[in-house]
Amino acid sequence: MLLQTDIHQAGYDQRIIISDIRFALPAGRILAVIGPNGSGKTTLIRALSGVLPVVQGSVHINGTNLLDTNEMERARLLAVVPQSTHIPPAFSVEEVVMLGRTPYLNWLGRSSQADEEAAEEAMRLTDVARFKGQACGALSAGECQRVILARALAQDTPMLLMDEPTSHLDLRYQIEFLQLAVGLAEQQDKTVLIALHDLNLAARFGDNVMAMKEGRLAAYGKAEDILTPENIRLIYELPVDVFPSPNGQQLVIIPS
Amino acid sequence: MQIPLRPLLITSALLLAVFVLSMGVGSVSIPPRQSIAVIWDALRGQPPGGEQAARLRVILLTLRLPRALLMAMTGAALAGSGCAYQGLFRNPLADPYLIGAASGAGLGAVISLTASWPSSNLSYLAVPLSAFAGALLAVLLTYKLAKVGGTLPITNLILAGVAVSSFSTALSSFLMINASGELRRALVWLLGGSTMAGWKPVIGLLPYTAAGLLALSAMAFRLNVLQFGDEQASQLGVNVSHSRSIIILAATLSTAAAVAFSGIIGFVGLIIPHIARRLWGGDMRRLMPLSLLCGAVFLLAADILARVLMAPQELPVGIITALCGAPFFIFILRQSRQEVW
Repeated sequence: MLLQTDIHQAGYDQRIIISDIRFALPAGRILAVIGPNGSGKTTLIRALSGVLPVVQGSVHINGTNLLDTNEMERARLLAVVPQSTHIPPAFSVEEVVMLGRTPYLNWLGRSSQADEEAAEEAMRLTDVARFKGQACGALSAGECQRVILARALAQDTPMLLMDEPTSHLDLRYQIEFLQLAVGLAEQQDKTVLIALHDLNLAARFGDNVMAMKEGRLAAYGKAEDILTPENIRLIYELPVDVFPSPNGQQLVIIPS
Repeated sequence: MQIPLRPLLITSALLLAVFVLSMGVGSVSIPPRQSIAVIWDALRGQPPGGEQAARLRVILLTLRLPRALLMAMTGAALAGSGCAYQGLFRNPLADPYLIGAASGAGLGAVISLTASWPSSNLSYLAVPLSAFAGALLAVLLTYKLAKVGGTLPITNLILAGVAVSSFSTALSSFLMINASGELRRALVWLLGGSTMAGWKPVIGLLPYTAAGLLALSAMAFRLNVLQFGDEQASQLGVNVSHSRSIIILAATLSTAAAVAFSGIIGFVGLIIPHIARRLWGGDMRRLMPLSLLCGAVFLLAADILARVLMAPQELPVGIITALCGAPFFIFILRQSRQEVW
């Protein structure tokens, strides 16, 4: 197992948000995390990435307990693509992607040939290399998100966390972004945990689906087992219909 | 990162030119070639060739050269700390002046200027240290006042900075009015007129500026990452609270030292990093050294104006920086609709 999560409690000093989250994820898999607003998806990602003040339990990646590591070691094991990112507009695309190499720089911040190559490769994979010299202020939302994905790839980590990376993108960009992310995960054998609001996207892109409700793990398993009308009604308190898509390869979920 | 050779060369050449020009300006005007020749002879330890050259050597070595060095270092310190504050607070309006650091340093310096020290050497040591303490207190107070939860809203930062600034300025004024004998000296100093001539302020300023600016240059790549907010910075491998403390300490030390030896000089820390960012982009590893150079150029130029405009009377250089700086700042704000932050 690449990721082994055993979180008893996590949250802030006065307020515990999530509790009893236990799951394991093999390498190269994509886990879609769903759940209503406030169910703890973002908190889970923050807990895993070490930016939450209180986390009790353990989170192992390749046998290393993340809760015992410092920022630099953690950033070599796991990279995060946040929901929407305000990129300071004066930064060029290349400069932003190079920031993904931060955990590999020496104390003066000198970058090596290997760092430049990793950034080049990340830009090539995400198809942002052609505007690498451009300022980020001139990019569209979809392009910005790809730049941030490139930054995460440049971190060269076995694990990627994505927190609703497509929530500000239009339909085409959503699909393109997720296809890109998932395709990369498969080619590069990355393990991806991705929080999604859109159940149809979760059904389409998740090898496994994890449902959260009120800070707890409500269901975990294969997409077709988890995304049933009964489960979704329990989790979202909303009646839905689930159909196979016309080509029979996907699920279509709509409120009834 | 490509090494930004061209902008570095251009700004360095500019600095050299302004520096030489600055040494030529004054009651006795000295042509650039002659000042270079005189200093070159002095550096090689050759005796001055003739009475005229001896007189020029005295003027250059005891007055003009230290003055130019003081102005260059002060400009670099202010621009460097402005650059750091802007990056740290992710706010284009954060400069040593606006967030209260300069006024806090002023208050600290006034306290130790108006105190009676047994020896003047001791006061050279005490003034920058108490300026540093004052500046640090002011910055931390502004930061605490402005912070809401985990965020630092722009308006809060500026309002808190204005409040802290006004309060420390008021206290400084109160102290100066009570300390009758020192009033004029402190007032002129506060307006950015360097009343301290000679090498003492240069030697006093050097260690603080060097330490502060070296630390800031080393922190530049972490400042880059901090532009994306604390959370992402941490996820990218930066120890946020540790880095932030070092940056605040280093920037405040540079500001305090500059204020302690050259008085309160506004707008350098605001405008210079701003222009540099527009010209050369947001990468702090490039922006920091270029801001330092441009800050030195700007303050040297302002100091030349201050000495020339109402010659033989000398204006406090802070008046010049504000007079050029404020309209220029309004101009770039209005002219450009494009947001750079």
